Amino acid sequence: MTSNQVLSEIEYNVVGKRPVRPDGVDKVTGRARYGADTNQTGTLQAKVLRSPFPHARIKSINTSKAEAFPGVRAVITAKDLPLASLSKAELGNEYAGLKAASDHMLASDKVLFKGHPVAAVAAVNAHVAESALALIEIEYEELESVVDVREAMKDGAPLVHEDLRTNDMGVTADKPSNVATHMSYSTGDVEKGFAEADLVLEREYTTATVHQGYIEPHNSTAFWNSDGQLNIWTSTQGTFTVRASVANVLRLPVSQIKVTPMEIGGGFGGKITAYLDAIAAVLSKKSGVPVRALMTRSEVFEASGPAPASWMRVKIGVKNNGKMTTVETDMAMDAGAYPGSPVMQAIVCAFACYDVENGKVDGYDVVVNKPKTAAYRAPGSPQAAFAVESLIDEICGQLKIDPIEFRLLNAAKEGTRRIEGPVARRIGLVECLEAARNHDHYKTKLEGANSGRGVACGYWPNRGFQSSVVMTVNYDGVVSLIMGSVDIGGTRASIAQQTAETLGIAYEDVKPTIVDTDSIGYTFITGGSRTSFATGWAAIDAAEDVKGQMISRAAKIWDTSEDDIEYVNGGVSHKSDEELKFSFKDLARQLATTGGSITGRSSVDPTGEGNGYAVHIADVTVDPDTGKTDVTRFTAIQDAGKAVHPSYVEGQMQGGAVQGIGWALNEEYFFDDQGKMMNPTFLDYRMPTSLDLPMIDTVIVEVANPGHPYGVRGVGEAAICPPMAAVGNAVAGATGHRMRSLPITPGKILEATWENGKG
Amino acid sequence: MAVTHVQTTLNGDEINFLCEPRQSLLEVLRDVLGMTGTKEGCNDGNCGACTVIMDGRIVDSCLVLGVEAKGADITTIEGMASPEGLHPLQQSFLENAALQCGICTPGFLLASKSLLDQEPDADEGRIRHWLAGNLCRCTGYDKIVRAVLQVSKAK
Amino acid sequence: MATIFIPSMLQSLTGGAKQVECDAGNIRQVIERLEELYPGIKDRLTEDGEIRPNLAIAIDGDVAIMGLLTKVGENSEVHFVPAIGGGL
Ligand code: FES
Ligand code: FES
Repeated sequence: MTSNQVLSEIEYNVVGKRPVRPDGVDKVTGRARYGADTNQTGTLQAKVLRSPFPHARIKSINTSKAEAFPGVRAVITAKDLPLASLSKAELGNEYAGLKAASDHMLASDKVLFKGHPVAAVAAVNAHVAESALALIEIEYEELESVVDVREAMKDGAPLVHEDLRTNDMGVTADKPSNVATHMSYSTGDVEKGFAEADLVLEREYTTATVHQGYIEPHNSTAFWNSDGQLNIWTSTQGTFTVRASVANVLRLPVSQIKVTPMEIGGGFGGKITAYLDAIAAVLSKKSGVPVRALMTRSEVFEASGPAPASWMRVKIGVKNNGKMTTVETDMAMDAGAYPGSPVMQAIVCAFACYDVENGKVDGYDVVVNKPKTAAYRAPGSPQAAFAVESLIDEICGQLKIDPIEFRLLNAAKEGTRRIEGPVARRIGLVECLEAARNHDHYKTKLEGANSGRGVACGYWPNRGFQSSVVMTVNYDGVVSLIMGSVDIGGTRASIAQQTAETLGIAYEDVKPTIVDTDSIGYTFITGGSRTSFATGWAAIDAAEDVKGQMISRAAKIWDTSEDDIEYVNGGVSHKSDEELKFSFKDLARQLATTGGSITGRSSVDPTGEGNGYAVHIADVTVDPDTGKTDVTRFTAIQDAGKAVHPSYVEGQMQGGAVQGIGWALNEEYFFDDQGKMMNPTFLDYRMPTSLDLPMIDTVIVEVANPGHPYGVRGVGEAAICPPMAAVGNAVAGATGHRMRSLPITPGKILEATWENGKG
Repeated sequence: MAVTHVQTTLNGDEINFLCEPRQSLLEVLRDVLGMTGTKEGCNDGNCGACTVIMDGRIVDSCLVLGVEAKGADITTIEGMASPEGLHPLQQSFLENAALQCGICTPGFLLASKSLLDQEPDADEGRIRHWLAGNLCRCTGYDKIVRAVLQVSKAK
Repeated sequence: MATIFIPSMLQSLTGGAKQVECDAGNIRQVIERLEELYPGIKDRLTEDGEIRPNLAIAIDGDVAIMGLLTKVGENSEVHFVPAIGGGL
């Protein structure tokens, strides 16, 4: 049986190999320091008081009893944030944005979701802080709430924000609504396309609110020194994002804040938003000592940023031969309490796997009384893929066309124009589909009663954004690689590999360090599958800078022109005199006497897209008596462009697939009729365990990205897009029932069976 | 609050600490003893990040009170490697890329050690069953199960 | 001449035109030129002198990273696409 395959086109010396990660030993011995392991002398512990209501007006807050409680050193509310003393007139256009950001951190006038922070306490230990929370008196006036995305869109729905008006591509509606934004894109002639189709199917789909489920809860330790400098130690996907967000809410110049990244216990997009940092900072300012804030698991569920629930309508027209003529969709996603759901990415990704002449996509960003949603792996795309790929499977069934052949017939390729306009460069979807068709899994006949097989595709653009890298050459020839990208899943290794490859030196001779915001240029988050791609690129650039400087040192030593020297095989040589050559290490030894150490540096902002595509195959069996679905075999295929460290690429593919299986079958926020989450623990929010799963087979396809020196595309996102539809399609095969609402719980399967009189 | 004196064996050494009756063993390890290798993921017994071995059995240290450690024999991640080097499971986790973010790793390593100590030839099914109390959100478990299998005599 | 693709929601301003040819060295000039041809379109694309926060510009498939100052090639295609928002 196959397990992990890599379909490589180009071989390199270091890129594409599987060395042990530099931070590995610290992480298997418990020595690695994560956010909660920060320990500054004299640190106080903070606890946050949160709203018990999904929607209410704050009438009064009295903190005096809490302040008087023994062991309590500081209590804060929104009154302690700069917003409280700034006027609307003073802030002008900035007001709305700052109010949202500041209120999200600590609510001033209204609470918009259960778990919304209202006050915070710093005390000598967490137990004391917790006891003090109970002494804070808050008078609320409860308001009607809305948590369902479609309910929220209706006329007359309770308004989450009284003054929010729909923005329709630059035009603001005149009456308030929960729809923050509407966008629409189209190409070709949709009506004509439907008229030409032999078969037109239209369906509606819904998905539930789910959480990224990282195992490490949010944390932040802050120390606001008496000289005004604010230090923050935290687990985040982006130190510069934390710095910017704290600077905004606290009205500080960015350089007054230093954010030091601790090791991070998973993020998947959920550790980009800064929830605790400003709270810990203000508590530290008030108490004069460092303050550490940690979320409990329930707080993580109720007050960090889950991924949105969605409602989607998809309509597709096809010819009898399987050629798609038109696609159309309306997608609405809940943003949570503040605007900004990923629905616009969803409409961009929805049909990105297909080459269709006519199409129209509409997206609606809707606020509801839930925590503000955050990014979760390929934000927006997994929901869209569930809808589109499920409908395509239904079409394949009606036309009796093999689902892979159907997708090959319609697949996007180089030159395909997407609905929103741009034309695809070299992409690897066709190669992924071919790899799926040729895979042992797909060729093996499905056996056994109540079993089904499903296939689905997924897409994420993988954009670049800014990264900075500095590297210094030590006198022993070891290169210190300094970067600002935090390492969530092995990027120290993958960026060191690209550095070593470019310099022609050994992987072991590159020593990566991740530094704070004072020690490196701006670097965007680790997320969106960008780190190996963009920070890797910065490292390649900085290594080229080093090479140039090595050449000029050799020129000095040999007293010749730089033009006579070339950098080859990890060293420099004279182009015409064979005798004159230096290995990297030998030349490094001479740096001290030829002008000192060499520093290479680079800041990049790649403009191209990585364009990641994935195809998954799922086999399931469904127990007809209980409705329980078991995944019995699963294969994930993905175009990595070039897999820098194949083991970690496989890890991303497997991890994404399993999160997707959880999203498909189990995971969901339950709300009671008041809009309160009923299941904020890992016991009741059921994520897959090792017992629920088979091995996840992988195939890494390598179609080099023309927009990266080693062809890297980025791999973290696309892997979570196909599983929901792949599993749903397999369940349809096993039961004869199409499940159009996630998660596909045993209850829903049994209901469908009974309704059809089959059970 | 009144504190209790506890004498226990931790990673082979006899140690003493003072703790409040309400403090969990996890809290004692991390906050009293400064041993932060044991991780907190949920504090309610549902993730296994805080797994330690206590008197030969794996326990979620967030569900054990510090005072219950009296007279016990406890192994944490800090006690897994020896001066001679890493434990074979630690080595195997590294070689098989069985960790991404690594927050679940100490818990998985101790749970796996306890399994192989008792059943040196555990097979895939047994490993999956045994590790079902430890959540990993990054890896999809595939590489973790393979890493344990490599050390198991089952193969 | 660069080809500017007009998002469907703004085609009511261009009398239904989906593409507009235009002579411009950078995005600022593109938008000025569009405004001359179709008054009102500038306000739909920009806010406080910058591209609207929920929009991004793609020039021949590359994301414009210098906002209005990004250069436009002679035969470039210019698209106004949804920005990758929501934290990414
Ligand atoms: S922290 Fe103890 S089981 Fe999760
Ligand atoms: S490696 Fe991140 S939770 Fe397991």
